[in-house]
Amino acid sequence: MSISTLIWILLGLSSLAYYLGLKRALAISGGQVRHLHSLPSYYGYYTALWCGLPALAFLILWTLLEERIIILAVGASLPEELQNLPSERLELVFNQVRTALSSANASEDPVICAAADRYRALQAISNRCLAVVALMAAGLGAMWARRRIRPDLPARNLVEKTLETLLAASSALAILTTVGILLSVLFESIRFFELVPATEFLFGLNWSPQLAIRPDQVGASGAFGFIPLLVGTLLTSAVAMAVAAPIGLLSAIYLAEFAHPQVRAVAKPLLEILAGVPTVVYGFFAALVVAPFLRQAGEVLGLTIASESALGAGLVMGIMIVPFVSSISEDVIHAVPQSLRDGAYALGATRAEAITQVVIPAALPGIVGGMLLAISRAIGETMIVVMAAGLTAKLTINPLDSVTTITVQIVTLLIGDQEFDSPKTLAAFALGLVLFVLTLGLNVIALYVVRKYRESYE
Amino acid sequence: MPNPPSTPAELSLPATQAVLESAARDRLDQLPAAIGDYTVPEPRLTCRGVNVFYGEKQAIFNVNLDIGQREVIALIGPSGCGKSTFLRCLNRMNDTIEGCRVEGEIKLDGVDIYHDGLDPVILRARVGMVFQKPNPFPKSIYDNVAYGPRIHGLARNRTELDEIVEDSLRKAGLWEEVKDRLDQPGTGLSGGQQQRLCIARAIAVNPEVLLMDEPCSALDPIATATIEQLIDELRTQYSIVIVTHNMQQAARVSQRTAYFHLGRLIEIGPTAKIFTNPRHPLTEDYITGRFG
Repeated sequence: MSISTLIWILLGLSSLAYYLGLKRALAISGGQVRHLHSLPSYYGYYTALWCGLPALAFLILWTLLEERIIILAVGASLPEELQNLPSERLELVFNQVRTALSSANASEDPVICAAADRYRALQAISNRCLAVVALMAAGLGAMWARRRIRPDLPARNLVEKTLETLLAASSALAILTTVGILLSVLFESIRFFELVPATEFLFGLNWSPQLAIRPDQVGASGAFGFIPLLVGTLLTSAVAMAVAAPIGLLSAIYLAEFAHPQVRAVAKPLLEILAGVPTVVYGFFAALVVAPFLRQAGEVLGLTIASESALGAGLVMGIMIVPFVSSISEDVIHAVPQSLRDGAYALGATRAEAITQVVIPAALPGIVGGMLLAISRAIGETMIVVMAAGLTAKLTINPLDSVTTITVQIVTLLIGDQEFDSPKTLAAFALGLVLFVLTLGLNVIALYVVRKYRESYE
Repeated sequence: MPNPPSTPAELSLPATQAVLESAARDRLDQLPAAIGDYTVPEPRLTCRGVNVFYGEKQAIFNVNLDIGQREVIALIGPSGCGKSTFLRCLNRMNDTIEGCRVEGEIKLDGVDIYHDGLDPVILRARVGMVFQKPNPFPKSIYDNVAYGPRIHGLARNRTELDEIVEDSLRKAGLWEEVKDRLDQPGTGLSGGQQQRLCIARAIAVNPEVLLMDEPCSALDPIATATIEQLIDELRTQYSIVIVTHNMQQAARVSQRTAYFHLGRLIEIGPTAKIFTNPRHPLTEDYITGRFG
């Protein structure tokens, strides 16, 4: 019986259990529902939960452990000489067994074939056991719950408690995923810092991650100083914010304070469409339209602008985050109480005076929070800079020059065939960690600022 | 404008009063003109034939009213009777509401305030306003009071501005309480103090008329008493128009009272007379507490 069938059956059993519980509660109440502690349906839910949840938990646990136990059993049945292999080689054998399982053409090696057969047999047994045990658990759970139903059983409280636990488990899962990602990046970074000292990584001014594969290879220096990448990242982000902050804020002021409601109803969604454009589309817009245009403009003005420049990437990235800034700022400006505007107008303030001296200062903390979120977005942006900013790590603050960013380097380090124990690959994780810390810090500050603002207007 | 305006003209009376309402409407049609003398000698504001519309809906019907110098006039009436709408006509605050149209003639010292050439900015400096809920700006106490003088260029230097701020805070009876913390945010004061700060802010631009839209409805009785006393003191310098739901308050602070009902001015006269001897049955019903 496949897992999905089993789950469907469990669901069916649970609904059956619901009716059993409901009937039982009604029978016990003797037609007087108000003698029950909870509404009859809660007794139904209570029985259904006892039927479904333990069986489901068992199912999940079993599925998680099944593979490992079967492999152990198959391993024990392997010939003596294979069992004595070192663990890595043994793992290879097991991989061969797994391949033999999935592919139609069986392995030529009779040993592997035998192991695969054994694996299949064990899995079939396991599946059958699982089905029997899960269904038994469901049945027993339902029966036990049904027996417990008495008029004074606080079914509603128990059901609500269970649901609350489920909700908490869902949010815990999301948080644990984040923690898991952070930990995996952290452990790989620690491996990197065992090969390259952290001080060299954090303070080194030279980034050139090419490692020599042969001792006599040319052009492979292997320097891992991330300062040029940081400077490049900050440079493109600064250009982006120089575009996005004024355009976003001014359009937010227009939308919130001046635009006719009908204009606003059209303009705001249109602006937000910008946020929905895939960044890769922005990327080739930057590389194919903006960069050549900048270069030609530079030639006219007598400036040398690299075809991949921080300016081009930053400009397009700025356009990309305009909707971010404008949407958040607009919401914040909108949230400034009308009474403050009335107060200013009643004192004879013009519209401009009311906006610049009362509305914007009142909204400022929220606007700053929105800006910080936009910056962290710009720092983490990958596709546009990959396509338009360049690959060489120059330590420069000239926006006309080509720079490279942390995200670009992570991409280039991980593209293609990689050994996962060379510093070159592990450097990507260290960069990822730095990026994570950087954006996390900005987000924390932004959330703090925004929350502080909210409190002052409740 | 961002926040959609509430429609003050909307009726929100309980269903039990529907019968009374329709009876009142019949009587209103029979009695087009307001009872009582709406004129005063040497008026500051004169309103003649004022009609206000929110889109298609008429909120104020043909109101004639004078506001004299150095008097407190109270506008009373049930919810949605148009008293706040009428008040907001007097400094053109209705301009900020989408779809609001004012007809008729309102003159301040003989000049039509709805005249095309008149800048509402100048008008609002002469006709100040205090709102129902205290609305100090999220600035320091000093900057709150100095805001009006600054935008109108009333002070030539910091010393003059300091004087205006201190003088306004003194008039509003707040100086002693805040003189040591002028640089702290105005939003940190108590509700009553905030409302007095708003009054100080309004009188800092030296207006001729002060409009007060239920200035005490968000305050506790003690803060209310302080504000009422303050209104009585301010009367020596300003004309004050106060909208209130609290009839005792109207009786305590005002010299004249105007009773509004369904957008019409029903009765106007000296406060003592309105409260002891109302002539219009609607006024009597309202004052004796039969509805409203």
